[in-house]
Amino acid sequence: MTLNARTDMAVSLTVNGRRTAGFVPVRQTLAGYLREELGLTAVHLGCEQGSCGACTVRVDGEVMRSCLVLAVQAEGCVVETPEGFSGDPAMDRLRERFATRNALQCGFCTGGMLVAACDLLAREPRPSRHAIREAISGHVCRCTGYEAIVDAIESAALAETAP
Amino acid sequence: MRAAPFAYLRPDSLEEAFEALAQFGDEAQLLAGGQSLMPAMALRMARPGVLVDISRLAALRGIALEEGALVLGAGTTYAEALRAPLVATHTPLLVEAIPHIAHEAVRSRGTLGGSLANADPASEMPACMLALGAQVVLRSAEGERAVSMEEFALGTYTTAIEPGEILAAIRIPLPESPRRSRFREIARRSGDYAMAGAALVSDEAGEARFVLFAVSDRPILVPGAPDVDAVLAAIDAEVEFFPDNHVGISTKRHLAGVLARDLLSRSAPKEAA
Repeated sequence: MTLNARTDMAVSLTVNGRRTAGFVPVRQTLAGYLREELGLTAVHLGCEQGSCGACTVRVDGEVMRSCLVLAVQAEGCVVETPEGFSGDPAMDRLRERFATRNALQCGFCTGGMLVAACDLLAREPRPSRHAIREAISGHVCRCTGYEAIVDAIESAALAETAP
Repeated sequence: MRAAPFAYLRPDSLEEAFEALAQFGDEAQLLAGGQSLMPAMALRMARPGVLVDISRLAALRGIALEEGALVLGAGTTYAEALRAPLVATHTPLLVEAIPHIAHEAVRSRGTLGGSLANADPASEMPACMLALGAQVVLRSAEGERAVSMEEFALGTYTTAIEPGEILAAIRIPLPESPRRSRFREIARRSGDYAMAGAALVSDEAGEARFVLFAVSDRPILVPGAPDVDAVLAAIDAEVEFFPDNHVGISTKRHLAGVLARDLLSRSAPKEAA
């Protein structure tokens, strides 16, 4: 039997609650697919080698670097990008607090930061500042110095657990 | 940068993966979690012709107790290992070490077997597995063999895996008496590669395995443990230190001593390994 290695392949997945299907070069990353095929440009590509965290999305409930996953590897997966999370009250609060607490300036890191923060609050509704720092430690921000981001996440968590 | 062009194959079984390795030979590159391979491809340091994606193979998954050993499927992600009650019960060393590996969004996808097969000398998992006395199970179309970590880790990015073989599982023998373990690494920032790190596993009979990593071209089982002076003497006399991009040999040597003193002389160790 001869196995056939492909350079293009069909892929179908669910992105932000919508089924999508396409035929993609196997070389295309999930980040590239989300941005170029689906127009979800809150998924930012900074380093394209897994260092900066700007392309972080949730795949089947776990946060991942979408630049380190091939689009074809997401076959059948449920993907949530920063544009998604609709109806998730934690994400709503995080977006609001990022704005009011000045947790972004240029905004390049913000999508990845929000996904990581939302994932943290799902696992740990009342995280310590240390836990927040750990959760965003894989995300590079060159504007804020991080303090305002930690403040925003902490304040979103406290808002949830306030009586 | 993006990876150079390649072809892709997602086998449905381990047998089909063996066929792919046979058919494509040197062109073939196994893809598991991809958390080291994909960056290497993006940097064009790796240019595989055919990616053989084994990340979905059920044969490489699962965590179980078998014949006095904890057996971890090679495709187990760091996040899965951290969540597994069997890992927490029998190998708290791994629970202590895994949070030091990169970041949440990498641990969700990176695999234990991938870390061992990649054999980066700064990686935590090869050192922990060496300290735990683990064996690596290598499977091929011809059958399977078990290799001790001492014989498996041969140097920087170099292992005992032969062409046609796939690292299928990691077997950690569990002794009757409880073991104790400690782990520490020194890194510049959270999630960075360690400048130096160490793992210690000891039992009630006084046997101990002290392993240094990120100081040489492979994890080093330093003789003399649990006696701190014997270990320090062995570090001076026997360990061949290698620099990395940030840290030279003299600093590595100093940090190795710091880790040995810390892990081997600290009191109130944790129960069970």
